[in-house]
Amino acid sequence: MGLIFDGIKQAFHLMFILDPEVLGITLLSLKVSGSATLISLFFGISVGTAVALNQFPGRRFAVSLINTGMSMPPVVVGLFVTIMLWRNGPMGFLELLYTPTAMIIAQAVIATPIITGITLAAMQQLPQNLRLQILSLGATRLQMVLLLVREARLPLLAAIMAGFGGVISEVGASIMVGGNIKGYSRVLTTATVMETGRGNFDVAIALSIILLLFAFLVNAVLTMVQQRERPK
Amino acid sequence: MKFSNKRWFIYLLLISFCIIGGLLSALPAGAAEQKNIILATTTSTQDSGLLDVLIPMFEKKTGYFVKTIAVGSGQAMAMGQKGEADVLLVHSPAAEKKFINDGYGVNRRLVMHNDFIIVGPAEDPAKVKGTKSTPESFKKIAATNKLFLSRGDNSGTHAKEKDVWKVAGINPEKEKWYQQTGLGMGQTLNVAAEKKGYTLADRGTYLALKKNLALDILGEGDAILLNIYHVIEVNPVKWPKVNVPGAKAFADFMVAPETQAVIKTFGTEKFGAPLFFPDAGKNVDLLGK
Repeated sequence: MGLIFDGIKQAFHLMFILDPEVLGITLLSLKVSGSATLISLFFGISVGTAVALNQFPGRRFAVSLINTGMSMPPVVVGLFVTIMLWRNGPMGFLELLYTPTAMIIAQAVIATPIITGITLAAMQQLPQNLRLQILSLGATRLQMVLLLVREARLPLLAAIMAGFGGVISEVGASIMVGGNIKGYSRVLTTATVMETGRGNFDVAIALSIILLLFAFLVNAVLTMVQQRERPK
Repeated sequence: MKFSNKRWFIYLLLISFCIIGGLLSALPAGAAEQKNIILATTTSTQDSGLLDVLIPMFEKKTGYFVKTIAVGSGQAMAMGQKGEADVLLVHSPAAEKKFINDGYGVNRRLVMHNDFIIVGPAEDPAKVKGTKSTPESFKKIAATNKLFLSRGDNSGTHAKEKDVWKVAGINPEKEKWYQQTGLGMGQTLNVAAEKKGYTLADRGTYLALKKNLALDILGEGDAILLNIYHVIEVNPVKWPKVNVPGAKAFADFMVAPETQAVIKTFGTEKFGAPLFFPDAGKNVDLLGK
């Protein structure tokens, strides 16, 4: 118990003095996971909406694939992204392995199916007649899609939270493609693993608490927006 | 409704800008090429904190940027074999010789040594304390079926441990008292402490972690326990993308007198004893004699 208390003390100490290393690690975590979430939002919402609004052969299979993707293990993603990015691998010429960019790519791959899946579910929840109504009012197809996305915006915020939450707490892929390089690709989760390995449990606990705080802050802002918008 | 919609979009815009800003500032960080060196090394050099001292020195001196990937020696050499690392700092001599003979590495140079130790719970249920010979100690652990934690990750420490079992004439692989963690040295020590088991550890990591571990040194000083670190440059003939000058600069740095002087004193302040003994230029066969 004393250890946890020490960790909490250490966490506030590190935050209070704005320890440059911890600050850098925290900012990088936000940058990497934020960028990855943004990229996933783009692909996730497009694909999710497309699958939700269209009928095509193999649609059920596509939906099952997306739902499976939602529980794709990060280490599996990490392994495949590593193999792709090896400098003697298929995309080696990009020289991206062990960079923050590689971490963004891996995290985007992890978050995209999550956001796609939730988008899909959200769009299917909309009343069927809504589409007909919008179309009968003379909207173009693009206008209809935009309106439907706007109608589903509250569940879509949940998609952002799930996606962001999934990647900021992820460690397996980040350590494989980022390498946990000091001052360069070390994020909160990989630093926690390393400090645990070094037996610096108080620092590890401090980093965990900072991670929890940030996850809470980001989600609190999004939830605030979501709840304010709740249809009355 | 209209008003709150607008606000929602403003929020979304703000979030997007933050994220795009983050993305843009994250990208240039990856653009410093040519000057990058990938160092594949063992967990012990990272977990003991030695590299945290040496790497900044090297970077300041040469302007190279070192990407340290801390894995087991086995994985480090596998990375070298695939041309995914430029330079290796490893401690698995038999595997290293094979690595050089197969043409994957060049210019293998002696850097430093410390030693392996047998650690276990203070109560020492297998009564190995006082046994001079390490294989004898291992035999006692096996004979009494006491828990032994193996790294199980093809690291240098794991290779050494397998050597000792071989000398002892025991194959522990399928035994119930023999558990493989598949983790780094630091984590394996923690597991051993929690489960009150024995394990083989490098002295550097043990000393660095000692304050949090309920583990005592129960065997040391046997010649078989010598732990020798070499630096190896990856052979560019097989993989043209290897950063040859960078690898050479790092290897040269590791055996340079100033670096060796830092290695000599590293850890004395914090742990009361040095964690590594510098050996550059020495004859490896004379170590520990």
